[in-house]
Amino acid sequence: MDFASLSSNLLLVSFIAYLVATLFFGGAVKGAKTEKAYQNSKWGTIGITITIIGFLTHLGYFITRWIASGHAPVSNMFEFVTAFGMMIVGAFILLFYMYRTPSLGLFALPIAVVIIGYASMFPTEITPLIPALKSYWLTVHVITVVIGEAILAISAVAGLVLLLKVTDLTKKSKQRFWLESVIFTIVLVVGFILSSSMFSIMGNEAEFTYIDKNGDPAKIEYIYPPIFGMNEYEALTPDAMTPLFEMPAIVNAKTLTTFVWSVATGIVLYLLIRLIIRRPIATLFQPFAKKANTRLMDEIGYRSVLIGFPVFTLGALVFAMIWAHEAWSRFWGWDPKEVWALITWLFYAAFLHLRLSRGWEGEKSAWLAVIGFIIIMFNLIAVNLILAGLHSYA
Amino acid sequence: MSKIKCQCGHENPFGTVLCERCGRPQTEDAINSKTVDMRYEGSARRSQTYKRTIIDKIWNFFSSVKIGISIIVAVLATSAIGTIFPQKLYVPVSDAELGEYYERLYGIFGVIYYKLGFHDMYNSWWFITLIGMLGTSIIIASVDRVIPLYKSLKMQRTKRHPSFMKRQRIYGSGQVNDADDSINKAAIKLKELRYNVKIEDGAILAEKNRFSRWGPYVNHTGLIIFLSAILLRGIPGFYVDETLWIREGEMLEIPGAPGYYIENNGFTIENYSIEEDDEVFSTALERVGMIPKNYQTDVSLYKNADDALPGQTENIELVKDESIIVNHPLTFDGYSVFQMDFRLDELKSMTFQLTEKATEESLGEFTIDLINPDDKYELGNGAIVEVKEYYPDYDGIKDGEPYSKSPIPNNPAFIFKMITPEKPEGEMSFVAIRQTLETEENDYKANFLSAETRDISGLTIRKDRTLYLLLFGGIVFMIGVSQGSYWNHRRIWIQKGEENEILLASHTNKNWFALRKEIEQVREYADLPQYEDREDTESELDDEEGDFK
Amino acid sequence: MSKNKRLAANRKKRLIIRTIVLLVLAVAIIFAIVTRDKVKVLAVGDKAPDFELVDLEGNKHRLSDYKGEGVFLNFWGSWCGPCKTEMPYMENQYKEFEGKGVHILAINIKDTRLKAETFRDQFGLTFPIARDPDESVRRAYNVMPLPTTILINEDGIIQDIITRGMSEDEIRSLMESIQPE
Repeated sequence: MDFASLSSNLLLVSFIAYLVATLFFGGAVKGAKTEKAYQNSKWGTIGITITIIGFLTHLGYFITRWIASGHAPVSNMFEFVTAFGMMIVGAFILLFYMYRTPSLGLFALPIAVVIIGYASMFPTEITPLIPALKSYWLTVHVITVVIGEAILAISAVAGLVLLLKVTDLTKKSKQRFWLESVIFTIVLVVGFILSSSMFSIMGNEAEFTYIDKNGDPAKIEYIYPPIFGMNEYEALTPDAMTPLFEMPAIVNAKTLTTFVWSVATGIVLYLLIRLIIRRPIATLFQPFAKKANTRLMDEIGYRSVLIGFPVFTLGALVFAMIWAHEAWSRFWGWDPKEVWALITWLFYAAFLHLRLSRGWEGEKSAWLAVIGFIIIMFNLIAVNLILAGLHSYA
Repeated sequence: MSKIKCQCGHENPFGTVLCERCGRPQTEDAINSKTVDMRYEGSARRSQTYKRTIIDKIWNFFSSVKIGISIIVAVLATSAIGTIFPQKLYVPVSDAELGEYYERLYGIFGVIYYKLGFHDMYNSWWFITLIGMLGTSIIIASVDRVIPLYKSLKMQRTKRHPSFMKRQRIYGSGQVNDADDSINKAAIKLKELRYNVKIEDGAILAEKNRFSRWGPYVNHTGLIIFLSAILLRGIPGFYVDETLWIREGEMLEIPGAPGYYIENNGFTIENYSIEEDDEVFSTALERVGMIPKNYQTDVSLYKNADDALPGQTENIELVKDESIIVNHPLTFDGYSVFQMDFRLDELKSMTFQLTEKATEESLGEFTIDLINPDDKYELGNGAIVEVKEYYPDYDGIKDGEPYSKSPIPNNPAFIFKMITPEKPEGEMSFVAIRQTLETEENDYKANFLSAETRDISGLTIRKDRTLYLLLFGGIVFMIGVSQGSYWNHRRIWIQKGEENEILLASHTNKNWFALRKEIEQVREYADLPQYEDREDTESELDDEEGDFK
Repeated sequence: MSKNKRLAANRKKRLIIRTIVLLVLAVAIIFAIVTRDKVKVLAVGDKAPDFELVDLEGNKHRLSDYKGEGVFLNFWGSWCGPCKTEMPYMENQYKEFEGKGVHILAINIKDTRLKAETFRDQFGLTFPIARDPDESVRRAYNVMPLPTTILINEDGIIQDIITRGMSEDEIRSLMESIQPE
């Protein structure tokens, strides 16, 4: 077996390991009657062991892919997002040994699973490096960023656990609404993964020609049934579905189609679950958060920002500037990706100041951590897909 | 505004919450509260003390962390708005067409965006002012806090007043078997845990990692260094940023680097190929098609004599030959030259054939260098072609004569005078691509045979004397932020009360659970009373084994 | 009493320090705003950078050789319309002023030698025309649009910079303005 296929098999193993480990952490939390039992349960021990096995195979994926391609596997969306998922698990393992909290794993692992699932919706083949990426700074800069962002993401997980625990879900409140919205967003991502995999398996790809915003002809392939057509589209695939609407050149109708299908699938999924359980979905998760210690979750949230912030600064600003100076001749060029890295950094700076000087702890701080994670995900996904720039090589 | 005298006799500055020496609460609020705010050790921040003149008011404004956070949020929001549509820098049209461009692509939103100046957000005066205010806030807020913090940490006494101890988040008191023994044992254990232990009249102050408190101020210093470095670029000579388009074979002075010349020896563009490159890439290459592998300009760098004037190139000397590749700039004398862009296939030369129309017999060929054409070409056998006029970028007839719209050979046209043994007085002919005009019917014509092209490299020239200062600022920031994030300042106070009573209190700026673990170790070893963490009501602290592993 | 005095002195000192710090920061912000468009342009009143070029006839021209006389330095290109319009005017005034201590030096930008020569012959120009093949003189003078005319007085100081085509009257009065006493 060559390294490339070994690599994808290892990734699959780790994906399954995380799913299994989640179940054990669930058992650890469910079965715990006292705080002591919660921390030292057998289930938890098995859970973390499987998590570590998953992490090691994930690392195996990373290394074998590195060997196969000859460069650090962080050069496109699939590789980057997969590495992000891996580092989230890594950061969770680190914090688990610091604080021994199964609840954290119960929420961190599913999020990592969703992230890896999301990653595999992008083209997964090994791509050679374009000239701009041929530098050891690719390895140094991107890996540092991924580690930093993953540690910061853990603070959002801790925040989510805290919010699930303290929010009264039986009564209507702003907090309940927003918490449910966060869960809803995660369901949307699952909707995207489901619909995208479903249509890929069905294999109804349709090719179109269109005129891009500079007036040049271009080609595009849809995996989803085209709801929106590109500017002045013409079908190349004979039995393709005719798009319902034609969009102006400025709108990427393919992205819009993907978005609409994903949202639709997500909504259907969400409504189905609500129909079955007849209450906010957040209530499904709440029992698993109830055992967590509020103060401890607050501390983990804060601690992971403290650990992650310097790493993020080093990777996303310091190393980024050094590389940008070498590759693009300037250390800072207000490229959207750069700006959003700065925004992320400013946001966490504000987080720390609010906490230190204005006493924003507990729920407020947890919300900030969740928003921080949203900003990170926005930079990871939306900036690449929507706001074009120098970084949009995915 | 006089000083506040504490019961212990120490004089505190106005605005003090907790006595700098003994820790007794000084304000009504502090006296009435259960736990006390230890953020700046309860010291008086200077900004709060004098509010008289306008200068003091401005100072106090910038000293406020609330204002600082508001400025951060404002920078964050404006930065985000700037990414909605591409910035001017990344728009491929000239300044005059900008408004039209935004309107065409983004409709009414584009118009608003452009009108409000958001298309050049990061260069706008208000954005720069915001950054300047952020810098101001960082400086003033830090200065206002670091000095009193330093003073109070330096002045703190080992023995604190019980009222101070009682107001700490972690506090416990109780009878023990032998208080003196407990104190001694606690001191031993604390030293073992690498605390800096001071004992004074039956009281212990154990302290660790005080330097972590300076972290924020160190990282703020780093930020200020960084911002100042950016400011320095405004000084002439500190910062050069130029672009240069240079054709293959051309030698030009390097803009921004007087006295240096660069010659383009050839531009190369390479793509990955399924046949030659690693087969793991073949799937991707089949899907995507072309993926570029390399952009490269081979150059020679020359330096003129130091006393040479612009235009004088007699004493020019080769410095080095090098290949400029993306990620590998050419560097010399503080300058860097980067491979940034390219244009392919500009016409370089054109080859013509002089033929007799009737017989289609060739009298010879000649090649015109389009950048440096000769005024005549001798073909031998008495045939000569004189170039009477040259229009490098022919764009039709204007005011009765052919017109060239630029000096770039995009569409070359010539007026030839063809002299042959049969027609020694010559025949005139206007020759452009796919077009020949004759004033009267000629016997001979110049036929276009072939053309050669060449590429143009787009290079960027940079010199940034502030780079090292920027890097230094970055390093200082990283040191400061690590120092403040990865270490915690912990203090434990233990003192004897009445008889065998022991009072225990503790404070840390963060990571309370780790602190509790340490206290737990000391407590077990030295038989100290049980304590409580007033902010954590959930942990089972009474449980003997309920510590945090 | 002395305590109050000391306090007052402290307060005064503090006020002075704060004022200075705030002023420095304000100046820094203004400096940043002013220098954000870092296009350094040669301005009127600056010393004209010296240069040496060879004209189409092969004669060397060095700016400093004209010390004590006025120099009308014109940057042009064959494809530029206003350049063509003002060339005959310049030719007329060149003949007028050549004996009066004002020289014309025309510097061609980007054209081929052949093109510069045919252009000269077409307009019958007799004033010296030099090419700037490596563009070092253009860069030294930061010339962006064509035509650009730089008027250098007898002390080698730039007296005026014109970045558009000129009428004959304008050319005359400009040349008069740099005529040495």
